[in-house]
Amino acid sequence: MSTADFNQLGLTLSRSTTRRDVMQAGLFSTASVLFSNTHAATAPAPQALPTAPFKTKAKSVIQVFLWGGMSHNDTWDPKPDAGYDYNGPMKAPLSTNVAGIQLSEWFPKLAQQADKFSLIRSMTHGNNGHETAAYLVQTAHQPGERLAYPSVGAVFSYFRGKNYKGVLPPYVVLTQPQGRFSEEGFLGAKLKPFATGGDPNASRFEVEGVISRSISDTRQQARRDLLAKMDTLRQTAGGDAQLTASEQAKAEAYDMILGKGREVFDLTKEKPDLRDRYGRHTFGQDCLAARRMVEAGVPYIVINYPGGWDTHSNHFQTMGRQAPELDQGLAALLLDLKERGLLESTLVWCCGEFGRGPKIDWQPPWNGGRNHYGKVFSVLVAGGGFKGGHVVGSSDAKAEEVKDRPVYPVDLLGSVYQLAGIDPKAKLPHPMGLEAHVLPYGEEGVKSAGLLTEIM
Amino acid sequence: MKTPCLFFLLAAMTVAGAVDDTARKSTPAAAPSPAVKPAPTPSPKPATPKANAAKPPLLATASKAAAVPVLPPPQPKPKPKAEPPLYESTSPVKAAGEIDRLVMAKLAPLGVKAVLCPDAVFVRRTFLDVIGTLPTAAEARAFIEDTKPDKRRALIETLLQRDEFAVYWAMKWSDLLRIKAEFPINLWPNAAQAYHRWVMTAIEDNMPYDQFTRELLTSSGSNFRVGPVNFYRAMQNREPEGIASAVALTFMGVRTDAWKPEKLASMARFFTQVGYKPTSEWKEEHVFWDPMGTHTLAGNIAPGKASIEEIGKPAAPAQGVATTETPALPATGEAVFPDGKKIKLPEDRDPREVFADWLITPKNPWFTRSIANRVWSWFLGRGIINAPDDIREKNPPSNPELLAYLESELVKSKYDLKHLYRLILNSNTYQSSSLLGDTKPEAQAQFARYPLRRLEAELIIDAINKITGTTELYTSAIPEPFTYIPQGEPAVSIGDGSITSPFLALFGRSARATGMEDERSNKFIAPQWLHLLNSTQIQKKLETGPGLRDIIGAKRGPQHTLEELYLTILSRLPTAAEVELALSYGEPKQGLNKAGKPRIGKRTEEWNDIAWALLNSSEFLFRH
Repeated sequence: MSTADFNQLGLTLSRSTTRRDVMQAGLFSTASVLFSNTHAATAPAPQALPTAPFKTKAKSVIQVFLWGGMSHNDTWDPKPDAGYDYNGPMKAPLSTNVAGIQLSEWFPKLAQQADKFSLIRSMTHGNNGHETAAYLVQTAHQPGERLAYPSVGAVFSYFRGKNYKGVLPPYVVLTQPQGRFSEEGFLGAKLKPFATGGDPNASRFEVEGVISRSISDTRQQARRDLLAKMDTLRQTAGGDAQLTASEQAKAEAYDMILGKGREVFDLTKEKPDLRDRYGRHTFGQDCLAARRMVEAGVPYIVINYPGGWDTHSNHFQTMGRQAPELDQGLAALLLDLKERGLLESTLVWCCGEFGRGPKIDWQPPWNGGRNHYGKVFSVLVAGGGFKGGHVVGSSDAKAEEVKDRPVYPVDLLGSVYQLAGIDPKAKLPHPMGLEAHVLPYGEEGVKSAGLLTEIM
Repeated sequence: MKTPCLFFLLAAMTVAGAVDDTARKSTPAAAPSPAVKPAPTPSPKPATPKANAAKPPLLATASKAAAVPVLPPPQPKPKPKAEPPLYESTSPVKAAGEIDRLVMAKLAPLGVKAVLCPDAVFVRRTFLDVIGTLPTAAEARAFIEDTKPDKRRALIETLLQRDEFAVYWAMKWSDLLRIKAEFPINLWPNAAQAYHRWVMTAIEDNMPYDQFTRELLTSSGSNFRVGPVNFYRAMQNREPEGIASAVALTFMGVRTDAWKPEKLASMARFFTQVGYKPTSEWKEEHVFWDPMGTHTLAGNIAPGKASIEEIGKPAAPAQGVATTETPALPATGEAVFPDGKKIKLPEDRDPREVFADWLITPKNPWFTRSIANRVWSWFLGRGIINAPDDIREKNPPSNPELLAYLESELVKSKYDLKHLYRLILNSNTYQSSSLLGDTKPEAQAQFARYPLRRLEAELIIDAINKITGTTELYTSAIPEPFTYIPQGEPAVSIGDGSITSPFLALFGRSARATGMEDERSNKFIAPQWLHLLNSTQIQKKLETGPGLRDIIGAKRGPQHTLEELYLTILSRLPTAAEVELALSYGEPKQGLNKAGKPRIGKRTEEWNDIAWALLNSSEFLFRH
């Protein structure tokens, strides 16, 4: 079993524990370099961790979050031999353009792009609660700790936002926030994502606050002029520092309303057949909008899947409707990024907060549903320095347990941070001055099996 | 009424109802609580000769303006020459009392010459600062037109007695006392409500601040029934040192993260016997004195989780800090007050009471100072010691005499906070204009002017709802079952920080996780502007809200409509220039009216844009 308490790794190896001991304990050789930017062969002594900035491969990240938890058996980790109680009505899986990798029948388009992404089939944290698992997967910190950590997107926004000069906010959510998850954590409201609202598949993508249904451009401009003239206090007290800062923020907002910002959201600027390729549904057009944001330099984009994957009941019906849309949007996104030369610098990762029970629950009221399952599930990663065409780890014959190479939340997020040049040891500013770091290294009970060096 | 109003006072306009209403409310409440004292007249101390030299009387603006006859209504109006400035009166700030004398003593060497704010600014400012709501158009007009010389004092008195007073101040205290049902402060909804209700009642009754503190520090009982026990539950860290930190922050204005660990550990001894025990009711928990440590929870355990399974296990020793003990720590059974005084903890007394006895006395170097400084910062935008919750040796007060005076007044009044409010609100310093030509950085620290500050999230949305006649939905997504607040309740009245709306979250309402003053963010960021300038939510309120429809649709003539909009949104009448600007906005309607003159009416859409511009103006969004 290649796991270890996190505090055995890297920085905090006790004096009596040498790297050799750790290796002998059955760890991957990568485990001890979780927070270094070097590869396994040159693992440095714990005392000599590099302080130089990491090399940045991923300039932007697109996170596709499948809120509710998507079944891994029925999607990216098919087990055709597991029998009816595990597979229900599923047909035989599909082969892909990479020998040896199979996907379920619902992913024919993604099957043609398998060389562009890798699958982690041994993701695990063992948590079966929506909120706690969503927190774990998106912060890598243990739920129930004293501090409410920010999500990976807010961390990006914090580090990348400092020198960010883009016209859109550095952390954008398509289209609704996750609701029961506080993305900004203790970093506070400034690090909240900008949620677009609206529907990119509608004739006009009405981004909340940017594109208004009822107000023409002429009127928008007339209103802006009117406000400038009628803002008597500002005219009178122009030099006030508070008002100056407020005017600056207002000018940024108008850059989005009347300037370049809104053009990013104007999907009509895309060729109709490309829009068709992404799929004329909200998720497909979410993906297209995300690609346009990548081109605009937005560091972190989250697509919260429109609709949920919490399929306790009506499982196969819901999946049969939703999975093909996921397939179409994601496949088109990867291909489009590749064709534009953006895949190298754009990291895409996609998963829910957990998987779903491999064994189908035939009892009423579920009648063929699947329940929460955090013990093992699958994640898709692509681009931004991740290799395509690989499978990391595996689950057992029925996808109920990790068979080999577990991947814990710190391993996944640690890899994402490393590829993005964000130091996972870096301090985060806590309002009470408490010690807080990007990832929970050296903390008790945090499990890790090492960065995803096999695909980096 | 077609006369463009050039002055803030329009004697010809009668709003008898509003005046009567104000007059009725300004009489002191029938049965003031014993702690409420009549406002003392600030003793006219001899002011510095410079400041006092041959200045017009305090309310010169008001009386002068009142004497000006209403002009006949020529249209369009030639630009008047003598329109008084909107945000500055002609009256200089002078030493109306001890506060002003002490402030001016510091300002005189800086060469700052402040003036008072005009009545229209004063009425808006005081409503927002004292009761957290805008004056209605009628209230604003009535005050502006009132010719009584002591109308400012009367308004302050009226506002201190209004029902909204306790609602607004309970909101402020809820930030500091961390009233929140869920994560990271896990009070649970019933307990958050009980806590908030207790705070609000204490403010309604004007409970003396020393008693308020003592009840928070020493109460025992059920979290659902005894509101103040939740003080000990509203903490992310309930170990003794976490409690000591929260106590120091809340009641001493001190941040313990800069302390030596031994100092905190020694103070923490007073809180090693705080017990938490569950009952058979879901999430109910008793906070009590637990000298035997039978139910002291080790570490940060969520309420209710407290452990039926732990009962019966051997109790942790009462001195839970034993493992971290260092030579610098006092012996077992002893504790050290933050001033260094050592004490042997009596075995027959709750150590929380021992601590409260030390803290809650005029002689304590932090207790009175901290609250006096906080109250000042709430009205003047910054503490005499700034930040107000960062009292330490190396962060001295900018005006030690002023702080000492406020402390002495608080002690003299037996910790009557309303007394302190009155003193501050009636001072010329508080009533100074927010504009200042030559801004010196040091002048700001000496309170040369009333500072501009963006309104709190709750106040902005409440004001927009009040103006447009619309409501919001406030809910709590955790825990299930979700909480819904009845539509129409103002945001300031929400007790539980877990109950929220996207607007409140966007505009920097306090997360109530730490109890620090700066946890609330009132600084503008671009997404907030996107929302105010161009969101569906605000646009819908403008277009369909009955409040604005009533004003715009009343067909009283554009001049009158505009005045109503200004009074409703900015609590003042428009200047001639503003009238001209607004009335020339958009395309004039074609055709002639019944009198054969060109129609000057506006389309609803244009009126909406004018209202929109006023709602997005700095004057609406900032205290000024």
